[in-house]
Formats: sequence, C-alpha cells, structure tokens
Amino acid sequence: MSTAPLTQSLKGARRLRDRLGDKVLFLLTLLAALAAIAIMVGIAFKVFREAHLSFSEFGLGFLTGTTWDATNNVFGAGTFLYGTAVTCALALLIGGPFAIAIALFLSELAPRGVRGVVGTLVEMLAAIPSVVLGLWGILVMGPFVAHHLEPWLNSAFGWIPLFGEPSTGSDVFIAGLILAIMIVPIVASICRELFLSVPHDLEDGALALGATRWEMVRGVVLSGSRPGIAAALILGLGRALGEAIAVTQVIGSATAIHVSLFEPGDTLASRIAAQFQGAVSQLQISSLFYLAAILLVIGLVTNLIAQVVVRRFEFQRTGGI
Amino acid sequence: MAAVEPLDSLLLRGDGRSRRRRLINRLAEVLANAAALGAVAVLAIVVLSVAQRGLGEISWTFLTSDLPLFGETGGGIAPLIVGSAILVAIATAIALPVGVLMALFLTEFASRRIAAPIQLTLDLMNGLPSVILGVFVFGLLVYGHKQSGYAAGFALSIVMLPLIARSTQEVLRLVPQTLREGAMALGVSRWRMVLGVVLPTALGGILTGTVLAIARAAGETAPLLFTTSIFVNTVTWDPREALPNMPVQIFIWSESPDPEDHKRAWATALVLLVFVLVTSVLARAALVRSRKKMGQ
Repeated sequence: MSTAPLTQSLKGARRLRDRLGDKVLFLLTLLAALAAIAIMVGIAFKVFREAHLSFSEFGLGFLTGTTWDATNNVFGAGTFLYGTAVTCALALLIGGPFAIAIALFLSELAPRGVRGVVGTLVEMLAAIPSVVLGLWGILVMGPFVAHHLEPWLNSAFGWIPLFGEPSTGSDVFIAGLILAIMIVPIVASICRELFLSVPHDLEDGALALGATRWEMVRGVVLSGSRPGIAAALILGLGRALGEAIAVTQVIGSATAIHVSLFEPGDTLASRIAAQFQGAVSQLQISSLFYLAAILLVIGLVTNLIAQVVVRRFEFQRTGGI
Repeated sequence: MAAVEPLDSLLLRGDGRSRRRRLINRLAEVLANAAALGAVAVLAIVVLSVAQRGLGEISWTFLTSDLPLFGETGGGIAPLIVGSAILVAIATAIALPVGVLMALFLTEFASRRIAAPIQLTLDLMNGLPSVILGVFVFGLLVYGHKQSGYAAGFALSIVMLPLIARSTQEVLRLVPQTLREGAMALGVSRWRMVLGVVLPTALGGILTGTVLAIARAAGETAPLLFTTSIFVNTVTWDPREALPNMPVQIFIWSESPDPEDHKRAWATALVLLVFVLVTSVLARAALVRSRKKMGQ
C-alpha cells in the first residue's frame, strides 16, 4: 500500500530526468553542429572585414596589380595569382597521372599483401608535415633539381620559354614538384576507392570478351569513374592552392612574373605565410587579409565543386540509396 | 588435307595486332608499377634524408636544453617539445568533445535533410587552407592583443575538428543497430542509450581517430605562424604567452642562411617526423583492427 505511491513518484522522477536528459544531450549536440557553421561564417566574416581597408584602397584592381611594395604602401595580388595558377597546374600535371597510376596499381595490379603495405606507405606520405617536406625541398631536392634536372630540361627544351636558365635552388618549378608530392597521396587514395567500387561483373565481362587488362581498365574502370577522378583532382587542387609553408620554403619569394619556370615566384598562400613577422603598416596587414579572402573564395569554390561532383557521382552509383 | 586448312588459320598465334595490344598492356602495367614504386621511393628518400642528417645532432643535451640565442652554438629544443605538447593538448581539449558531439548530432539526432548542410560545412572546413585559419585567429584573438598559446591551440582545434567529427561518425555508424534497438526495447531513454551503449562501444575508434588528428595537428605550421611565432628561448608552460613549438622553429631555421641552424632544423624535423609517423601508423593499425572486430 505504502510502496505504490513511492514507486510511482520514483518513476515520475525518472521519466522527468529522462526527458530532461534527452533534451540536454540533443541541445548540446545541436550546439556543436551549429558551432561548425558559426566557425565557417566567422572565418569568412573576419577575413573579409579585415580586408576592407585594403579593398577600399585598391578595389578590384588589387587582383591585377603586380606590385607588392611595403615601403610605398602599394599592394596587388596579380603576381601571386599567377604563381598560384602555375604551381597548381604543375602539381596537377605531374602529380595527377602519377596518382591515378598508383591507384590503378593498388586496385587492379598489386597482390593482396603488397596492396596493404604500399597503400599504407602512400598514406604515410600524406602524414609527413609540410614544414618537414619543405625543409627537405629547400636543402635536398631543390639543389638536386637545380643542378641536374633543370640544366637537362633547359638544354633539351630550351627553345620553349618555360624552360629558361636553371635556378640556384628555389623556383616555381621546384614548388610545383613539392606540391605534386603533396597531392599524390590524396588523389591516389580517393581514386583507389573509386576503382575498387567498380562492379566486378563489369570487369570480368570485359576480360571474358578478350580485353587485355589495360583495355579493361581503360574501357570499364577509368571511363566509369571519370567524374570521380575529376573530383579527386579538384580536391588535390584545393590542397595545392592552400599549401603555404612548404611552398614558401622553396619558391624564393619574388614579386615579379617570369615566363620561365626556373625563376622564383610566389603564391597567395606563401606570400601570406612569408609576411608573418614582417607586416608593419595597417594597410599591409589588411592587404594580407585581402590575399586570404581571395584564397578563401577560390578554396571554397573548388572544394564545393568537388563535393557536389562527389555527391552526384555517389548518388548515380548507388541509385540514390 | 583440306580439313587442316581452316584449323591452321585458327591457330592461337598472335598476329601483329594482338602483339601490339599485349605490348600496350604490358607498358601500362610497368608504368603503374613504376608509379607506386616512385611514391614509396619518395617517402623513403625523405625519411632517410631527415634521419641521416638529424640523427647525428640528437643527444640528451639537445633534447633537454633551452633554445640557442642568436649566434650561440649548441643549445637544444626542450622548449619546442614542451610547447608543441601544450598546443596540441589545448587543441584536443577543444576539438575532441565538440567533434564527438557534432558526430552524435549527425548520426543519432539529425534527419537527413538537416544533416546534409552540416556535413557539407564540415567537409568544407576540412578543405580550408590552414593558413587561412592562422590569419582568422590572428584577426580574432591576436591583432591588437598579443600572441598566445590559447590562440594557437584554438587555431589547431579548427584543423582537428572536422577530422575527429568525420572519424567518430564512421565509428558510430559501425555500432550495430541491434544494440541501439536492444537498449530502446528495455525502455532506456535516448541519452542513456547514447552515453551508456553507443559511446562506450565506439570509444576505441573515437580515440584512434583523435590520435590521427593529433598527428596531423602536431605538424601544422601555418595556423601557428601568426598566433605563436615570436617566443622566448626557455621552456614556457603558460599558454597565455606565445609558446615555442617545433613546426614554426623548423620553418625559421630552414629559412636561415646559417648551416648550424640547418642542422638544428634537421634534428627537430626528425623528432617531429618520428612522432607523427609512429602515432599515425599505430593509430591506423588500431583502426583497421577495430573495424574488423566491429564488422564481424
């Protein structure tokens, strides 16, 4: 008799606590999820606001201005946009085919045991901190490329203005090579997943029709994953665009546009990083934020495109399930 | 005699065309093999370069002494190791709880329509150039104030956040639905089910994901350049001050013309590289094992 109301009230308390607990946990997780959006909006807001001073001074002419002169307070991003475009193009041209070939090796050619080991090693390449890769780039790879590869390219293809006189160890070409090393693991691991997800029936069908392995790869694996490969390359491009540290170390910080790849240059990200202790005037700091704003827009657009392509591709593959 | 004639034309001997096809096939295979070999070679060359040049410099004194002042010989990197550890600890303290909560929201609470934009935001955050994070935190916390360990730790936490959220989500999805249903059928409320059943089951995977994020954050330089790059040469424990740290110091030393500084840079790079590679290899191995266990 006397226990019944007690358990009743106990149950009531428990139910209340449960309902409260559910609410609290939900609100906490919701808050965290909203924090992600808040951070992204905050970043965009802050960067654009701090860039305002420079924007009102130089306007959109900043994009084409090729001077970066701290003493006379004239700033422009033209050189860095050019440098970014050239280094990224180099990275994709060299790293892209390399990464796709590695992905083919890992998904189609390698025996099971080798597959795991090589896959892990390629992923470890991505784990090397960029500052360490840059250190290696400036002290080991740079001099090697400048003394051996560049003279050879110059003597063989010197009639193309791109391959001018060899440099002393820091130039746009070396920066492109370093970026290529950085994007290979990313592009390769995405492409491997793509290739592995190609239905085995299709592959077996092609082989049964008498196709060689390469014909099967070209006709079935590659052609079936073309949008995915594009997305992987765009994600790699996003990585190459934003890499500041290693590029700063090897590109040689020059504020002039050269046709030859063997001349120093600068990219958006590397210019920001190189000025970290040197920015004095408010206008210069604001101009750095302007560079960051440009980089932010380009980075967001490339990533957005890649995500949209990936999502649509997955949707196609799975039929929307 | 006449019966042999058609057989002869059917003989499975390669004509020119099929020989060419075989050749191209062989060439493609060789190229793919060479590409894989090339990637492994680059990894080996980088690691060996760092080891070969760094190993000679590393001694107990080097690991435990203060940074050399300008022009001084000798010196060590104790302040860098302590500073890097504090920075990563601050970043983890922020990113781990927030990242796990994000993942819980996406897997346990959100409908697909609400989850999609948040997922996209996390993916975009992951793709954000890290130098922008440095500039952002510089504008938010440093500009007009001063550099600090807290600011740098916050910048690093933005690097870790999407990584932890993503890996946690993946583990949470592997938690068997039957466990959740079992708990629900026993009349357990949702929050108790999440805290008592889902999270403990996923704990191992969440921790390995966190270790991977730590390995990534420990080597990040760009977010620190604007937030903790002007520091003293002694061991600093107070995060309200700028903290000496390995990535930024390697960067500074690598830009220096002094060969002594290059030696120090190699040695510091070796310490950093060993930490990053060992932790990420161990975490990856643990991840593979836990995936296998959960998949069964």
